[in-house]
Amino acid sequence: MTDRPPYVPPTLVRHRSGLMNKMGVGPVVSSRSSVAGVNVEALVEAYGSPLFIYDEQIIRARYRALHNALVLRYPKVALAWSYKTCYLDAICRLYHQEGALAEVVSGMEYRKARRNGMTPGQIVYNGPHKDDQTLTEALLGGARVHLDHFDELARCERIAEQHGCRPAVSIRLNLETSTLPRWDRFGFNLDNGQARDAVRRLLAGGRLRLTGLHVHLGTFILDVRAFAEATRKVVAFANRLRSERGIVLDTLDLGGGLASRNRLRSQYLPSDQSVPSFAQYAEQLVDGLSALDYPANELPTLVLETGRALIDEAGSLVTTVVANKRLADGRRGMVVDAGVNTLFTAYWYQHQLVPTQPTSEPPEPTMVYGPLCMNIDVVGNNVMLPPMAVGQRMLVTPVGAYNLSQSMQFIELRPAVCLVRPDGTHTLIRRREVLDDLTRAEVIPPWLGGGR
Amino acid sequence: MNDAARLAQLAISPSGFVFDPHTGGTFTVNATGRLILEGVRDGLGLAALTRHLERRFAPGGADLERDVLEYVARLRENGLLPAGFELH
Repeated sequence: MTDRPPYVPPTLVRHRSGLMNKMGVGPVVSSRSSVAGVNVEALVEAYGSPLFIYDEQIIRARYRALHNALVLRYPKVALAWSYKTCYLDAICRLYHQEGALAEVVSGMEYRKARRNGMTPGQIVYNGPHKDDQTLTEALLGGARVHLDHFDELARCERIAEQHGCRPAVSIRLNLETSTLPRWDRFGFNLDNGQARDAVRRLLAGGRLRLTGLHVHLGTFILDVRAFAEATRKVVAFANRLRSERGIVLDTLDLGGGLASRNRLRSQYLPSDQSVPSFAQYAEQLVDGLSALDYPANELPTLVLETGRALIDEAGSLVTTVVANKRLADGRRGMVVDAGVNTLFTAYWYQHQLVPTQPTSEPPEPTMVYGPLCMNIDVVGNNVMLPPMAVGQRMLVTPVGAYNLSQSMQFIELRPAVCLVRPDGTHTLIRRREVLDDLTRAEVIPPWLGGGR
Repeated sequence: MNDAARLAQLAISPSGFVFDPHTGGTFTVNATGRLILEGVRDGLGLAALTRHLERRFAPGGADLERDVLEYVARLRENGLLPAGFELH
């Protein structure tokens, strides 16, 4: 036994003018030892490091919060879970259990949704490329197919003709708002008349029924006024279709793009000061719908295709310090066992990185980088961290959106994913990868030693 | 002013606040950093500094010699030690 204090590596923090506040409090580093009430060390012991942890309670709570914010303002609402945000079947099924439709953008995603129990009628099918097989299945089965361009319109007509049916489709619009750069790659432009041409062409063909309009303004939209402007334009177009052509729509899909409580690399203000609440988004999205010239019993269903704002805060990544070093400019460098192949969103966000052990040691600017032998592998740049010994853990949050679906087996395989239930129990929902997962799809020719 | 005189002017408080009257710069160091800085000011070399840390802290498997060398380099980079300073 010894009563000597434990060794902590030496720190040196230079004081810089402008950073101290009037209360004279130095930088404080918080720590967080648990996720969803479960000790992080226990989870790492069970599933290894690095490890993604999803919190079921947050997933359900966020879904219900957005749904409630919308139904308070409009009677017919459906949320479609954006599959590309997180492909894990367990996660998708949680949303479906809550009542979410599936929003898919490829044949692969369509089949995933079907395997997760979605009927074609519960699937919103978006995207600029829809393969023939899936498009046919979707049209015949009654999925909500959103037309992206004239070539697709013509393909849908051919499929309808071949099968002797008249399927329902929506058309995707793109439009200008005064506050956002226009996403004009997808759909038909509303401002220059292209969308009206698409409707004329669709009606002239006589093979398809127009039952919905869809618009998706962009991603991580912090200015809620853009949604109000989009709703106003879409409603005006819907009213015009009804009055001029007698088209009664059953769906208005106002897309997604709601921001999560993350912080873009270019963003100055922290997320709690810059990200609108669900109520603020809902107000701007929905209030304009009151201008719909529809009788109450014929109001179209409002669909939102959200992903990031629902799931991001529910996901955390535990990573372990594997080395400390000094960079040439004097900054502390910290190597952790999770890199940007696993944490793709590190390219976009300034994630929160906090140690899992409490400390009173002074923090200093630290570059946290991953295990990849690539200069781009930066998990956090200039993060204020206390000294952390090899083997200590840190939590990276929020990371629930777009990491698992965009992660890749580059230099390192991908980590396990676990789900913590509201009662504190936890379960594996994706095991840690092994080498065979990487090579399973490969074929070695016989002359290189492979089988026939 | 020679190195020893310059180092002697550093004001190091027990709480880890460091003032360099030569530049007006202020710093915060933790307990380990303070021990090393005070040791350097008192003329200790690498081996003596390492032994000093071994006596003051519970053994934890850290590479103390490497930490001392890196820390002295940081003190140099931040102007608390002269550019040409090296531990003996």
